[in-house]
Amino acid sequence: MDRPQIELRGLSKVYPIPGGEVVALNNISLTIEKGDIYGIIGMSGAGKITLIRCLNRLDSPTDGQVFIDGENILSMNIKQLRETRRRMGMIFQQFNLLMQKSVARNVRYPLEIAGVPKKQANERVLELLRIVGLEDKARAYPSQLSGGQKQRVAIARALASDPEMLLCDEATSALDPMTTQSILALLQKINRELGITVVLITHEMAVIRQICNKVAILDGGELVEQGSVDDVFLHTKSAAGRRLFGILPDHEETPRHPAIRIVFDGAAIGQPVISRLARDLDMDVNILSADIRQLNDKTYGQLLMARPDDPGEVRRVMDYLAKLQLTVEEVHTP
Amino acid sequence: MTWEKLLPLLWESTVETLYMTFWSSLIAYALGLPLGVMLVVTRRQGIMPAPTFNAVLGVVINFLRSIPFIIMLALLFPVTRAVVGTAIGTDAIVFPLIVSAFPYIARMVESSLEEVDHGIIEAAQSMGSTNAQIIFKVLLPEAVPSLVNGAAISITTILGYTAMASAAGGGGLGALAIVKGLNVRKYDVMYSASILLVMLVQIITVFGTRFTRGLDHKRR
Repeated sequence: MDRPQIELRGLSKVYPIPGGEVVALNNISLTIEKGDIYGIIGMSGAGKITLIRCLNRLDSPTDGQVFIDGENILSMNIKQLRETRRRMGMIFQQFNLLMQKSVARNVRYPLEIAGVPKKQANERVLELLRIVGLEDKARAYPSQLSGGQKQRVAIARALASDPEMLLCDEATSALDPMTTQSILALLQKINRELGITVVLITHEMAVIRQICNKVAILDGGELVEQGSVDDVFLHTKSAAGRRLFGILPDHEETPRHPAIRIVFDGAAIGQPVISRLARDLDMDVNILSADIRQLNDKTYGQLLMARPDDPGEVRRVMDYLAKLQLTVEEVHTP
Repeated sequence: MTWEKLLPLLWESTVETLYMTFWSSLIAYALGLPLGVMLVVTRRQGIMPAPTFNAVLGVVINFLRSIPFIIMLALLFPVTRAVVGTAIGTDAIVFPLIVSAFPYIARMVESSLEEVDHGIIEAAQSMGSTNAQIIFKVLLPEAVPSLVNGAAISITTILGYTAMASAAGGGGLGALAIVKGLNVRKYDVMYSASILLVMLVQIITVFGTRFTRGLDHKRR
């Protein structure tokens, strides 16, 4: 088996504050394989920013290890760290472009510091600007660009050193929905065509649903779920996961009624499951919410129905639905 | 005084003033610029943290800055004599001017560099930059418009200091206004020299502002 590209073991980060400490990350272990688009999601304060900054040691954890291609980045000397960082591109929510330099000079910066000859570097800059669709903006300055264009410049700059992975720190959070779409599409293209592993952090499940194949959910510094996006969606275990996937109503942690959650995948989506259930079991069904959503390229339907009061009835419903090969679970009130 | 007599005097004094301002600004920047960089990078949150060094440097700079120029001039008499060979005259005034100006310039540079967004520094770090690359290719170039603006302010301040050169027997427009004007009640000399000083300050300020605007690609 291939060595994971990124592996975290028991990562913890504690910040001292006056009169105590804040645990930003608590014993996080996860692995990111080559070619993944790995999404790390959490509400603000969940620790996701600290986590991604630990991956290239912009932040140092208080405990644990970070392996990049099998090498512990925390025990590297400064020279090794710089070389490893050149294999890891990074983009930011606020773009962080050099404001006094043209677009071309921004993209050339990583090549300049690596000592690439000027002529060769300029050719590479043009190629990179073509990849991100900004070949006509080479001479412009960042202040003349829109947010989406700035992020494209940042992406081109991050790709200049031919990295194996790209870290995205809330890369679309400062952008409008249309621009977000185009940046996500670009990240996906980079992942597919250049084979670059993408690690992104976000607070929006839409981002995860659209391009990620793996997801990790952080809640209060704890890793509460991780796995393929499909699995985590179908078998959401944590309150944070339910909230983020919109399984539960937005502003409440739990539904008002105890509920049964039914997830339809592609095949069952055309079936009149609920009306059959009502007829076959001769019972009334109270639907609390229902919607259809896209995960990567697959379509899922999700329905929440009120749980019958009688435990026997609940059993019958669960058995009936399970027989139809649907994913069913009771959504418990704590 | 007739214009025939006054004009050569004014011209000579202007040249002396510019001479003092130029050399003291140049050398004070040669000292103040690196010190300003050090003040920023050695902070606790800087790219080369050295908090103790930073604190000591800060205290020394504040100490030097708090001494008024006219006192510095007197205090430095023996040192100036040792360094320059004489403590009197236009050349001799350059030394105390430098000593007074470089701590001020270090603080000006520090505040210009502070304006550079920390995110840009982090981006440079994430790309594997060395500290020297961050200083010379990111920190200083990003701060250029602000540094130029600061330089215009520093130079006008130094220009103002040169007017006190007469206290050490130096020349320049300030000395002309006081020694050959005020002290002998030739108010025409005093006023014309003063007006020239004011004009010099205006010219430097206007050009500094224009130059800054032309250089700045951020606010366009």
